[in-house]
Amino acid sequence: MKINENQNVNDVITLAIETSCDETACAILKNGREILSNEVYTQIEIHQAFGGVVPEIASRNHLEKISEVMDKALNDAAVTFSDIDEIAVTYGPGLVGALLVGLSTAKGLAYSLDIPLIPVNHIEGHIAANYIAHPELEPPFACLVVSGGHTHLVDVKSYTEFEIIGRTRDDAAGEAFDKIARTLGLGYPGGPLIDRISKEGNPLAIDFPKAMLDQEHMDFSFSGLKSSVLNYLNSCKMKQIEINVPDVCASFQHAVVQVLKHKAQQAVISTGYETLVIAGGVAANSSLRAALGEIPGIKLYYPPIHLCTDNAAMIGCAGYYASRAGNRGHLETNAVPNLKIGEKKY
Amino acid sequence: MRIKLKQLEDTEKFAKQLIRYLKRGQVICMVGDLGAGKTTMTQFLCSLLGVDDYITSPTFNLMNSYTGKLAGDDIEIHHFDVYRIFDPDEMIEVGFDEYLFGNGISIVEWANQVEEMLPKDSIWLRISFDAMGERILEYSGGPLTDVIMDEFEYLNE
Repeated sequence: MKINENQNVNDVITLAIETSCDETACAILKNGREILSNEVYTQIEIHQAFGGVVPEIASRNHLEKISEVMDKALNDAAVTFSDIDEIAVTYGPGLVGALLVGLSTAKGLAYSLDIPLIPVNHIEGHIAANYIAHPELEPPFACLVVSGGHTHLVDVKSYTEFEIIGRTRDDAAGEAFDKIARTLGLGYPGGPLIDRISKEGNPLAIDFPKAMLDQEHMDFSFSGLKSSVLNYLNSCKMKQIEINVPDVCASFQHAVVQVLKHKAQQAVISTGYETLVIAGGVAANSSLRAALGEIPGIKLYYPPIHLCTDNAAMIGCAGYYASRAGNRGHLETNAVPNLKIGEKKY
Repeated sequence: MRIKLKQLEDTEKFAKQLIRYLKRGQVICMVGDLGAGKTTMTQFLCSLLGVDDYITSPTFNLMNSYTGKLAGDDIEIHHFDVYRIFDPDEMIEVGFDEYLFGNGISIVEWANQVEEMLPKDSIWLRISFDAMGERILEYSGGPLTDVIMDEFEYLNE
């Protein structure tokens, strides 16, 4: 067996696969936190034509791309299958067809190479992206997970123990971004577009509701805000008032960010942690980063943009720690589209 | 049949009457623009069916499943949001037909986008706004055909 010169026999090499939504991704990690390669093939261009993810197209493309993406990851990392010690794969949450492409590939590899299979929760992967970006970061900490499908406040007690302390009661924050962007005819994905256009607008121009700001619990609600923006746009149309898109974007984003900031601050107070971490696609939002940076007395961490969006390196990192804790999957492990943070269903 | 939903309580009142007509395998189809109140209706239906969980938007995963109670027995409630679906074939992949023709109750938001796939005896709820900005609910199909509910004023066709 060939041993690569930059590898030690005690190093753990993890191959990670992520196919829960838009991205077909594969990464190779050394000892959980060091990226040897991180390949992402995105279908966003394909889905942009439809204004969102098209599930069947998504899984067909995963199937077409997965081998190519994996070969590239192995090549870039200068490793072969015989160097791989374990395989981490996203098994939920996500689109079932898309998840199954990655999971089946991972199971096949784990079986044929006779190495452990580690099922990873996609959202816990997003949290782990921060470990890669910040070598000094260790649990416990409070984490705000914000993405197209999720808005959660999580007490990250250890590398493998998570407790949800707040969550959305209706829409996810990122979903509100996507729907408002679609209504304004801006395109997909909505988050980066609204973030960019907001820079030219006045965040205080329109007073959109900031739901549950006065409540003591740490839950969110974005459905009312979404309706309020839609009502505003409709009433402008009826009164034939010209819509100032940058102002609408900036005011909407301001309302979302203020709520996220307020609840994140509550989470820090209630857990007593001094570290706050942002994870998920919306962690790339510049206004959110700036607002959370204003919370006094905390150290704020967020991943670089390329690790905020879906990638396999974060899955590899989460999988590495799950494996050290003895969490392993098997050939009967199935995809769990509605998997929740902290749940283990394998 | 068309009724006006003047306030949130009217949606709840309607949901209360509707669940009396529900049987295993019933599909409830909802149509209406963003913000019309489809998820609100779903939240009332699920809560009245004994679901003890937040009913969050399933846009990202296409569906969420819950366990509720119907006539004292557990029943699965499948909440679909096919907002992102433009071709009914795409739904086959998530096992849509298996849920629709199964034992549980299915609630489908944006059902007009996958109309061909839905059972003939489905209940249809269409929510729209009139010129005054008030919500109008039009219901039809399945066990609701020709049903007149108490406590509601009916609008002319």
